Amino acid sequence: MTHLTTDVLVIGAGGAGMYAAIAAAREGRSVLLLDKNLVGRGGATVMAQMTVAAAIGQEEPDSWSLHLEDTLEAGRGICNAQLAEMLCRLGPDRILEMEGWGTRWAREDGHIKQVGAPGHRRKRCCYVDFLSTGPAVAATLRRTVAGMQHVRRLSNVSAIEICVSQGRARGGVALDLSTGSLVTIAARSIVLAAGGLTKIFRRSSASTNMAGEAYWLAIEAGAELVDMEFVQFFPIAHLAPRLVGMDPIMWDPFRYKLGGRLLNGRLEEFIHRYGGEDEGHYTVSRDLASYAILKEVEAGRGSPHGGVYLDFRHIPGDTLRKAFGPVIDRLLANGIDLTRMPVEVAPTAHYHMGGIAVNDRMETRVEGLFAAGEAVGGANGANRLSGNAITEAFAFGERAGFFAATAAATDTGWSAAYADRARAEFAELRERKATGHTPGAMQNSIQDLMWDNAGPFRSGDNLHKALDTLRGLRDRLDDLAIAPGEVFNLDLQDWYEVKAMLRTSEAVLTGALNRAESRGAHQRIDLPHSTPGFEKNQRLALVDGHLIASWTSVVRCLA
Amino acid sequence: MPRVTPLRVRRGSTRDDGFYQIYEVPFEDGMSVLDALRWVRIHRDSSLAIRYSCINANACKTCIALVDGVVEYTCTARLKEAGTTVGPLPKRPVIRDLVTDTAPEDEKLR
Repeated sequence: MTHLTTDVLVIGAGGAGMYAAIAAAREGRSVLLLDKNLVGRGGATVMAQMTVAAAIGQEEPDSWSLHLEDTLEAGRGICNAQLAEMLCRLGPDRILEMEGWGTRWAREDGHIKQVGAPGHRRKRCCYVDFLSTGPAVAATLRRTVAGMQHVRRLSNVSAIEICVSQGRARGGVALDLSTGSLVTIAARSIVLAAGGLTKIFRRSSASTNMAGEAYWLAIEAGAELVDMEFVQFFPIAHLAPRLVGMDPIMWDPFRYKLGGRLLNGRLEEFIHRYGGEDEGHYTVSRDLASYAILKEVEAGRGSPHGGVYLDFRHIPGDTLRKAFGPVIDRLLANGIDLTRMPVEVAPTAHYHMGGIAVNDRMETRVEGLFAAGEAVGGANGANRLSGNAITEAFAFGERAGFFAATAAATDTGWSAAYADRARAEFAELRERKATGHTPGAMQNSIQDLMWDNAGPFRSGDNLHKALDTLRGLRDRLDDLAIAPGEVFNLDLQDWYEVKAMLRTSEAVLTGALNRAESRGAHQRIDLPHSTPGFEKNQRLALVDGHLIASWTSVVRCLA
Repeated sequence: MPRVTPLRVRRGSTRDDGFYQIYEVPFEDGMSVLDALRWVRIHRDSSLAIRYSCINANACKTCIALVDGVVEYTCTARLKEAGTTVGPLPKRPVIRDLVTDTAPEDEKLR
């Protein structure tokens, strides 16, 4: 078995992981940076096609404290204000640092151009090029991290276990997909930056990589998760007609800039029926919009494919072209002429506010185990502002890398025996029957279950039933077939993803059941109101194989 | 009658002793070649090796392959109802099936 040794192990090479690797390496540490796909090409960052919020104040006067106020307000009272402050205070440094590394933020009149977005009281959202911000910042980080001699990058290597001894993370075990074998890694500290959990849902806007592995790895290692019930559903993801080569969540900036109308299947405006003020402003919050759309569909007033219409027909063709030039051509190539037809849109799983519980040094309760990016829970509370996700990837990535470097143990204390459990499990996997129910098929079952029961609408009954069904699925984990062959055998990767999806789904369902109220992105149809008693955070930990919940008061600002 | 289309996929772990396998895939207007490959992995043959990440957005750029003789991203190449042939990139070493060695040299584990 291949064995590697590093000072800092970074798991996941999206925006947060690459930033963490850079930050740790500039403290003089050796870094091993793993990604399940190719470094800098998987995960959520590359998919972020819109804007990055940071109070650099170049468009108009702004301050990080105002950005923090907006973030806390959007979070419906339960943001971890220490983490939210870190995001808002350090975001500007990261934007400017990225510019120094070559990111070409859009500029106007000699300054970085910043635009508005719902929930932000100032124009503070930077971007590179419409629909290309994520790929552009990922490319900058890829180049920068590749230029650092202390960073070793590994593609197609996915972590399957964090090894902990005497309360300290000592390293991990990973699957090397290109050889179909396990790798052990001794590390003096570890950063989990493997993103969120969008893959547990049937409808998802993110890339395929994020099956909740960060949460699964963390909780199995003894760390706590926080606020796992808060999944952000993006309200107006593209639904029909079929559109390729575009991010399904591309419609948001169209609405900000041009004011597309949301109409139900009868071509009536409806957001106002749910307490939103959308006419003319189009700045309704994401949670309310998702709620309103699904309510319309539930009431039989949806569009043919089960969503609602987004209509730009009232906007002249030349205005559309002026605002979105090349995108208009890409839409036409897909047979979509916005001047002649509305498109159908519907909510989709987009982001996870909950995640790994960390302190203000980005460290979990397991010594030496850190987290960064979307994997971290708490900064965005019950609802995230548009534009905060990439900012948190950069800000938390930098902090996690820095603290992981400075807190690295003097010795890894690695023992080959730490990998015994994973080795035995893998040996058993290799003995599996070659045909039958596959891990990929099981993933589909989990996705359906979670979408139907833990999507934008939830109820106590459905959550209970879903937990039962999930346990039944878990019982079948040992019977899943694994195709023969070692090299690039995706069944092996799929099987570990199923494990991550099962544990993460259980955490979401449990959190959603325990939170007996509606708040932000967590909407219970049986308990439609927010309750002051639930203005607190829910932690989940694993005790003897069972998820145990506890509640903590919200971390407020220090000032 | 549900519409189906033949998808011919080059299989094998080297360029020279590969073979074509044909899968009958449900066809819908506008679907991508990657949609069909993903359908095959879930419903017909999970041993088919493919590389992709972003599914639909053409952002990750990792799903590149040879589609009907042309180098294309499988997430944006449309499936043809008359049939589509997919093979690995022509100028890269084949790892398995449609997966070629596209990682930078220093990102590989040896």
